[in-house]
Amino acid sequence: MKQEFPKGEINTISGPSLVIKGDDIDTDRIIPARFLKCVSFSALGEQVFADDRKELQGNHPFDLEQHKGSNILVVNDNFGCGSSREHAPQALMRWGIRLIIGESFAEIFFGNCLALGIPCMTASKQEITKLQNLVRENPNQIWDFNLKELSISNQKESFSLDLEGGAYKMLFSGKWDATSQLLDAEEKINNIVKNLPYLNNFKY
Amino acid sequence: MSSGTLYDKVWNFHQVKELPGGSTQLFVGLHLIHEVTSPQAFSALNEKNLEVKFPNLTVATVDHIVPTLNQQRPFSDPLAEEMLSTLEKNCKTHGIKFHGIGSNSQGVVHVMAPELGLTQPGMTVACGDSHTSTHGAFGAIAFGIGTSQVRDVLASQSLAMKKLKVRRIWVDGSLQKGVYAKDLILHIIRLLGVKGGVGFAYEFAGPAIEKLSMEGRMTICNMAIEGGARCGYINPDETTFEYLKGKEYSPKGQEWDNAINWWKSLVSNSKAKYDDEIQLDGSSIEPTVTWGITPGQGISIKEKIPNPEELPKNEQQIAKDACKYMNLKADQPIEGTSIDVCFIGSCTNGRLSDLQEASKIVKGRKVSAGIKAFVVPGSQKVAKEAKQKGIDKIFLTAGFEWREPGCSMCLAMNPDKLEGRQISASSSNRNFKGRQGSANGRTLLMSPAMVAAAAINGKVTDVRKLLQE
Ligand code: SF4
Repeated sequence: MKQEFPKGEINTISGPSLVIKGDDIDTDRIIPARFLKCVSFSALGEQVFADDRKELQGNHPFDLEQHKGSNILVVNDNFGCGSSREHAPQALMRWGIRLIIGESFAEIFFGNCLALGIPCMTASKQEITKLQNLVRENPNQIWDFNLKELSISNQKESFSLDLEGGAYKMLFSGKWDATSQLLDAEEKINNIVKNLPYLNNFKY
Repeated sequence: MSSGTLYDKVWNFHQVKELPGGSTQLFVGLHLIHEVTSPQAFSALNEKNLEVKFPNLTVATVDHIVPTLNQQRPFSDPLAEEMLSTLEKNCKTHGIKFHGIGSNSQGVVHVMAPELGLTQPGMTVACGDSHTSTHGAFGAIAFGIGTSQVRDVLASQSLAMKKLKVRRIWVDGSLQKGVYAKDLILHIIRLLGVKGGVGFAYEFAGPAIEKLSMEGRMTICNMAIEGGARCGYINPDETTFEYLKGKEYSPKGQEWDNAINWWKSLVSNSKAKYDDEIQLDGSSIEPTVTWGITPGQGISIKEKIPNPEELPKNEQQIAKDACKYMNLKADQPIEGTSIDVCFIGSCTNGRLSDLQEASKIVKGRKVSAGIKAFVVPGSQKVAKEAKQKGIDKIFLTAGFEWREPGCSMCLAMNPDKLEGRQISASSSNRNFKGRQGSANGRTLLMSPAMVAAAAINGKVTDVRKLLQE
């Protein structure tokens, strides 16, 4: 089945969650460097956390049967630090992640996620720990994320989340996608093409 | 803020609109692609159901992964073969002109595009490769981009970019015999540092720059990025026009005259304002060699490897690191350092005049015993012209290998790699740890003539000694 990737306005996301514990998880761990020599990002979903998963021999959250189909990832502090590679959010997205909640995110990683339409929401250390515990106790639980309300909840519990204003606007309006922002200016681009001397036999 | 420079003028011609967040949407006049950074961009395009907006403004070639010994298809490395065939397929699907192996016009992207006349003054040139700054030699604004920007350019022929500041680097005098463009740029990077150009475009100007050939100018702009400047450029002049005249994609007839007028109008005004200006004397520059692990760690052939303790504080750590990695001792002369491998090629110095200058050193001499020395022409055109002039024979007779065109050991994504602790004299542009294919291999950057001299003597040599003999 072809995966549906995020598009348009990102208002609500629902699904089961999974947890990756630990501070300072860098992009090398998310996707090891040897997977960068590839012709498409499509295989990256299987390679996400490759080395950690190999070490845990099937017991890594991304391998456990109970987390199949999860689309919300709950992490800790400074997630996605290290090399700026776009492959890291790509790998997470292709595995199925559509929303990440953590204590904090590395700046470039945050931006790379945003460019894919994946919100990186933050909450305090206590809240994150509480959320992580709930997710672990009941992995099948469906969580509902609502961007406008800046919250994630199940039937019983609700957590408020944070997102910096610029990113919020981009996700809310569906203008997070760099390419479509550029394509918006189609008319102006066509005008330049009609006027640039070197594209018009140097008549100017 | 700069005004009236070529950078400002070209920028204005290509500005689409201001984007939220302070960047500008900039139109790209020439988009160059190759097999390594384009495939993911094409698949991202497919996933979004987007088309290539202006297929005629993108041009493709294959360079990074091509083997230089046997280019018979399929390549023996299946991943290399997959990358090439993916590019072929993408070009076909989207109607993009592809200069492939056997086309007579394939080559390192920054060598083949200028020699076809694709790169012209006043253009914006983008390519998923940091050495795209090379094309600035023509008075174009040229810069490297990442994979998601390659996707954006394919989809919209534009990208989001922040305007750079402009620093003019004025070089007086003229380069001495045995001193080349490579020495000049290594010297400049040494002076300004590898991060000195971050946030800047470099305008190279002054008598010493004006006297350079187009190939020399390309060497200079090629390495602007090694000094941190995402683009470097030189104002177009008669040398530029002379080079472009009659090239395959150059304007012809009446168009040519119009073109010259437009190109001349782009030259930085005499009263242009720069964000920064520096001046140096080209006549005093000597052959320059890097001894460390960044292109900024260069010294003249007459100098000794610096003692890290005696360097400015912020350079000490990297210098210590470099001494250790390179296994070179502080306070030893760089001249006489033994070499294992000699590589002449790359988008910095793989052009005809580079091979020609190196061949003058090699002629009538022999490569020192135990040295592996090889020449990789930057493109099929360079290879052909060199053969017509008998340059290949000179190298072969001296004991060099003569290979097929490609990036080769500049970054060793193909089978040409250093082994173990081998140390190379290389005409390429990066001496980073592990750059030439061995995790602990070592690289000394220098001009092609200096590489030739190193090959003959088996050690780092002042090329001027061999010029005199
Ligand atoms: S020759 Fe080297 S620097 Fe130039 S494009 Fe190829 S790999 Fe990059």
